[in-house]
Amino acid sequence: MKKISDFTVVGKQSWRRAACLRLKCDDKLPEIRGGQFVHVRVDGGQQTYLRRPISIHDVDYQNNTIDLLIQEKHEGTKILCGLPVGSKVNLVYPLGNGFTMPENDDEILLVGGGIGIAPLLYFAKTIKENRNKKVSFLLGGRSSDDLILLERFREVGEVLITTNDGSLGECGFVTQHSLWNMKKINKIYACGPMPMMKAVAKVAREKDIWCEVSLENQMACGIGACLCCVENTTEGNVCVCKEGPVFNINRLLW
Amino acid sequence: MVNTEIKLKGLTLKNPVMTASGTFGYGEEYTDFVDLADLGGIVVKGTTLNHREGNPYPRMAETPKGMLNCVGLQNKGVDYFIETIYPRIKDFDTNVIVNVSGSNIDDYVVAAAKIDALEKIPAIELNVSCPNVKQGGMAFGVTCSGIEQVVKAVRDAYHKHLIVKLSPNVTNIAEIAKAAEAAGADSVSLINTILGMAIDAETRRPVLSMVTGGLSGACVKPVALRMVWQVAKAVKIPVIGLGGISSATDAIEFLLAGASAIEIGTANFIDPAISAKIAKGIVEYCERHQVNDVNELIGGLIV
Repeated sequence: MKKISDFTVVGKQSWRRAACLRLKCDDKLPEIRGGQFVHVRVDGGQQTYLRRPISIHDVDYQNNTIDLLIQEKHEGTKILCGLPVGSKVNLVYPLGNGFTMPENDDEILLVGGGIGIAPLLYFAKTIKENRNKKVSFLLGGRSSDDLILLERFREVGEVLITTNDGSLGECGFVTQHSLWNMKKINKIYACGPMPMMKAVAKVAREKDIWCEVSLENQMACGIGACLCCVENTTEGNVCVCKEGPVFNINRLLW
Repeated sequence: MVNTEIKLKGLTLKNPVMTASGTFGYGEEYTDFVDLADLGGIVVKGTTLNHREGNPYPRMAETPKGMLNCVGLQNKGVDYFIETIYPRIKDFDTNVIVNVSGSNIDDYVVAAAKIDALEKIPAIELNVSCPNVKQGGMAFGVTCSGIEQVVKAVRDAYHKHLIVKLSPNVTNIAEIAKAAEAAGADSVSLINTILGMAIDAETRRPVLSMVTGGLSGACVKPVALRMVWQVAKAVKIPVIGLGGISSATDAIEFLLAGASAIEIGTANFIDPAISAKIAKGIVEYCERHQVNDVNELIGGLIV
């Protein structure tokens, strides 16, 4: 069931152009799947009007909190990143389909680029609840500055890193990491900039690996009513907010 | 107890609040947020005779206090609506109204006649004002002769309440409304979106795939209010007002300008529960102003 609720910012960690907000709600949280998102109302912007879809980075059902990892891009995300502890935010959530849970014996890899690492943490936690196999993350950034909250990922699984400038992990793109030649993987979950996801999808197709990607098409309603955020798929135009944001690459035309 | 019932010809609304086509899906998308029984009606997504894929992405651009869209009437066609969607939504405890669009008169007539046969659909809203499709109806909606032709043809084929949705992209909307009335419309709804445009200065390219799109949201309210006022003075049939309504106060303003009912559009995206809140807020306004019947507010502007 989707809800509309007021949350309070109860914790915050900030970086140069990103922030992680911990939002607490008085109501009990509904069940949330990894890869789902919230639609956040942005108040007080000169140019903003619509809500902003933001991936759910982490969930704590005991304390009724949701963590959002947000990158500053334009005015809306700048306002959200600037919210001080104590501010109120209104969320419509949880929205979208979320990632497909892997089978017990699947060898999975969670690939994140830039702020696209956000939904992978909570998804990995939900995977770990269902099986005791190790989870591996492959996270990429332009430089070490882009790779934030690594300690949180390390608590959940193995973390492999690439940076374009070689300042952390292996030098290059995620698709150039040495693990691709060493490890046997049969399921990939990816979220990040479009060129990265396209490159990951290409590798997955070449190696015949099952692969899901999370898209971030611009949205208005967030619930499948306005048909603005469509992705052209094998079944025609479908709403990323409702039928996605997670798609198997076999449904996509790229 | 405030009376909120509004009677349009052959169409009774339990209150003046409806939701606007294209912003409320088929109602199902909103049932987690709104009890549809609290609304006077819902106008479901624009339906055409044949399946339409709509326009390519990107279809949306945010603007100050508003948005542009060029969705382009994406829908699976009237037969799919009748077979698959209608059975799911026909028993909603509110008026379910279908917005009908087309690219030629025959398409409008055939689609309208098919919906005429649906027992639980008490009205259609004829979309002669979609700005996002070549021959998407706006060609009919911007001239008096065009609107007369299409409304007359549909009037002959459709026997229940016929709402005609008007385009604001005209020189004199009152003349267009009079033409719709003369051709047999039971009511007119206005405004559809205002044709607009957005450019990305960094890339020097248009933001929308179709270059232009329809502007909606709070920013269009003053234009919509003015047009509702002009049309309400010009025609005898009821006027349904829409355009940027985001609060009960906005809704009251439209009633005072002469609207008998209102539709909530883009505001549904900001607050998916807003439509029911506005219905409640109208009652609270009436209580505060000792108004016993919402009908007393219609055209109650003091000038």
